Amino acid sequence: MTEALKLVPKAEAQQTMKDFKSDQEVRWCPGCGDYAILAAVQGFMPELGLARENIVFVSGIGCSSRFPYYMNTYGMHSIHGRAPAIATGLATSRRDLSVWVVTGDGDALSIGGNHLIHALRRNVNLKILLFNNRIYGLTKGQYSPTSETGKITKSTPMGSLDAPFNPVSLAIGAEASFVARTVDSDRKHLTEVLRQAAAHPGTALVEIYQNCNIFNDGAFEPLKDRDQAKEAVIRLEHGQPIRFGADNDKGVVRDQATGDLKVVTVTPENEGDILVHDAHAASPTTAFALSRLADPDTLHQTPIGVFRSTNRPVYDTQMADQLEAAIEQKGKGDLGALLAGNDTWTVVG
Amino acid sequence: MTSQVSSPAEQAVPAEQPSGAAVPSPVDAGPPPAKEVRRLDRVIIRFAGDSGDGMQLTGDRFTSETASFGNDLSTLPNFPAEIRAPAGTLPGVSSFQLHFADHDILTPGDAPDVLVAMNPAALKANLADVPRGGEIIVNTDEFAKRAMAKVGYATSPLEDGTLDAYNVHPVPLTTLTIEALKDFGLSRKESERSKNMFALGLLSWMYHRPTDNTEKFLRKKFAKKPEIAEANVAAFRAGWNFGETTEDFAVSYEVAPATSAFPAGTYRNISGNLALSYGLIAAARQADLPLYLGSYPITPASDILHELSKHKNFGVRTFQAEDEIAGIGAALGAAFGGALAVTTTSGPGVALKSETIGLAVSLELPLLIVDIQRGGPSTGLPTKTEQADLLQAMYGRNGEAPVPIVAPKTPADCFDAALDAARIALTYRTPVFLLSDGYLANGSEPWRIPEPDELPDLRTRFATGPNHTLADGTEVFWPYKRDPETLARPWAVPGTPGLEHRIGGIEKQDGTGNISYDPANHDFMVRTRQAKTDGVTVPDLTVDDPSGTARTLVLGWGSTYGPITAAVRRVRAAGDEIAQAHLRHLNPFPANLGDVLKQYDRVVVPEMNLGQLATLLRARYLVDVRSHTQVSGMPFKAAQLADVLKEAIDD
Repeated sequence: MTEALKLVPKAEAQQTMKDFKSDQEVRWCPGCGDYAILAAVQGFMPELGLARENIVFVSGIGCSSRFPYYMNTYGMHSIHGRAPAIATGLATSRRDLSVWVVTGDGDALSIGGNHLIHALRRNVNLKILLFNNRIYGLTKGQYSPTSETGKITKSTPMGSLDAPFNPVSLAIGAEASFVARTVDSDRKHLTEVLRQAAAHPGTALVEIYQNCNIFNDGAFEPLKDRDQAKEAVIRLEHGQPIRFGADNDKGVVRDQATGDLKVVTVTPENEGDILVHDAHAASPTTAFALSRLADPDTLHQTPIGVFRSTNRPVYDTQMADQLEAAIEQKGKGDLGALLAGNDTWTVVG
Repeated sequence: MTSQVSSPAEQAVPAEQPSGAAVPSPVDAGPPPAKEVRRLDRVIIRFAGDSGDGMQLTGDRFTSETASFGNDLSTLPNFPAEIRAPAGTLPGVSSFQLHFADHDILTPGDAPDVLVAMNPAALKANLADVPRGGEIIVNTDEFAKRAMAKVGYATSPLEDGTLDAYNVHPVPLTTLTIEALKDFGLSRKESERSKNMFALGLLSWMYHRPTDNTEKFLRKKFAKKPEIAEANVAAFRAGWNFGETTEDFAVSYEVAPATSAFPAGTYRNISGNLALSYGLIAAARQADLPLYLGSYPITPASDILHELSKHKNFGVRTFQAEDEIAGIGAALGAAFGGALAVTTTSGPGVALKSETIGLAVSLELPLLIVDIQRGGPSTGLPTKTEQADLLQAMYGRNGEAPVPIVAPKTPADCFDAALDAARIALTYRTPVFLLSDGYLANGSEPWRIPEPDELPDLRTRFATGPNHTLADGTEVFWPYKRDPETLARPWAVPGTPGLEHRIGGIEKQDGTGNISYDPANHDFMVRTRQAKTDGVTVPDLTVDDPSGTARTLVLGWGSTYGPITAAVRRVRAAGDEIAQAHLRHLNPFPANLGDVLKQYDRVVVPEMNLGQLATLLRARYLVDVRSHTQVSGMPFKAAQLADVLKEAIDD
């Protein structure tokens, strides 16, 4: 088992997807992308082989945040934006748990933006699944911090003025050690990304493009439509040249003049220049540049997969180490001695 | 001489009264000293200087010396919110008042008998508080024209008659300090910095304080800069010797240890925040749970975060969060995981935490919310005290979200109050407010150190298996099935097989905990949560009414205990009858409170707010109370409170 999960007790018997389904009726809108993600997560969990009682899902508020109710694990549906903070308290005090955060674009990037970036920089052992549908669903259709500029919604009848966040760029800027992007409808890819996230020691952020068929239907269609996807999706695989396109004829190269990345048509002359994806690179520079390739309006040239997966010290491990070091240096705490301190006097009765 | 010595009559009644006429009395034992020594029963000293003059440190050290000597004492640090306010200005004045006595005392004292003024600003800012005849030690070196002009002295108060009514000791503290340190090879500026230690040495001589620990303290504090340590020790000794040799200080004073005021035991001096920190560590030990603090720095609560951070060898985890909301969020997450979870803050932080407190009410998990109240609204007075968060603690949430409230009454009592708050949180699975304030947090007093085995047993049980049988005989776990007595729900922590369950902020179905929007269920759950809080066991209110015939009751809560009790002593010493009671539990109130209120013709409720407890009492018991309020950022003065009580009695 990986470093990330070595303290979490293992399941005694083989588990199945059914073990992870709670008895609660799933109440998302019919056709919601959340169903596919729920099925993928429930289907993936048995693979981890962890004791179910040592898995916790914590969520904030929003459609996606109903997720924990449907998982037959421990769970908490908390308050808007605060799930990373609550999960941090749980994960740092209970290293025998596998703690997952389920959040949405509004929950994680708007009201909870502060907690998200700080969880990422601390590198607490959390797996954060960010369901990004680029819209507010639960409040019925206002634009979100990932909506494209000019979005016409109930609260922006003349078009939204805000420039959107790119969650992957944001996470890399916040010192995230693991950042990935995947799509609700691509179960195989989603599962593979979850697999890598679960194995990562520290905070893993997984952005999942998720369709809201009520308020923002088809938002990710360019990535899902078989024909369009060939030109729109760039699949990142560690150690592989970054190529895509109908005949795999496009590639990503570094612009020698600016250092930035650009897409070229692959020719025998430039084939050797095609960037080989290195998710484990110590520097976040290239991962960040990859996150900027996508056009926020058309979604063309959208990389999916693991952008960055690097090892750095894990907060909860270090916190536990400090406790141990304190005991080594000072001995286990003696309450009587603590209360007495150094300056006392005695009154005889 | 001045008014340092209390009259024999006053000494017989250990009341907190203005010091009376001087009655010199020779010391009875030992050979006659070189200088006259007078015995006092109590003294109030105020050290005042610029924010950078080290007055808080000086006061702390004098307090420590006094504590180890065995006097009863009470302190009042008073400093600006700015770390270094402009030098030499009135807003930049920092002071530390210490009251010590040979009997038990309750407050830092109303008016200083001795003022140490390190500069013109310190003199100007504090002079009005010194009674005529009081003793003033001034650092004459700082009384240059410009420094005096800065605070509006056109002529020197040392020469123009301003101080004629006082017993003034002009001392060139800066010059003497520099002279004493001339062989240390320090710059003038470095030498000057030790002038507070010179002043401390002088005062230590005047009041016969033991000095060993101060020298030890200085050597430890400056362990990395031994030459600075030795310079400070030298300045301290020079100050002592100055008192011993100079003609200006003809008399020194003794204040005997307050042995008879204290039950037998081992004592130390302790501040409210330190006592509260120790209370939390002790509560975790008594509950056999790990302590988890999620906090964001805020004055005057930060010292609890600092203190707990030092004790990782007790298994204490401290998490400095990105904001107040994350501080309580992390604590709540740790509570879900089975820790004794705490968040510490002050009023503005409570405002930010409100939504999470509501979630904790709904989740029914144990959580301590420590609010070290300060002046408000908004940023208000960060370094000054107030009791104006009572209604915020009581009602400051959306929906019906009752939270028990516990309030310590003295610095040392913060220890017991923390244990009591933990008891309620763990027994009833509820967030609990612990309402301290800036006055308790930074003030200090002697504390009888408890033996760990005297502490209450706070052990609690996690759920380990099914607690309900369905109609078909299936055994299940219901996270919201309650203990019939306490109405507490089971605490089932992750990692417990078979008890997997989901909790959340949405209304839960009674028993199963599943989401429920059923109107009748919501009504039931709201009433049940209220009933759980109302049912928290708190001891009956005890009334101190020595004659049993008083017609006026004074009722307080929290940190006003000291000033109220001191005022009550004055009233009684003057021959009037008054009953006194003090609330530790503000929610729920003690069961007998209504009856107590109805027993008296008049009930006076002094508070450092605009009448928040009075509002609660009137609403709950339909009893009119006389609300006496003060929101100056400073604690009540006993003398003024006594007048208020006297007026009520005579009314």
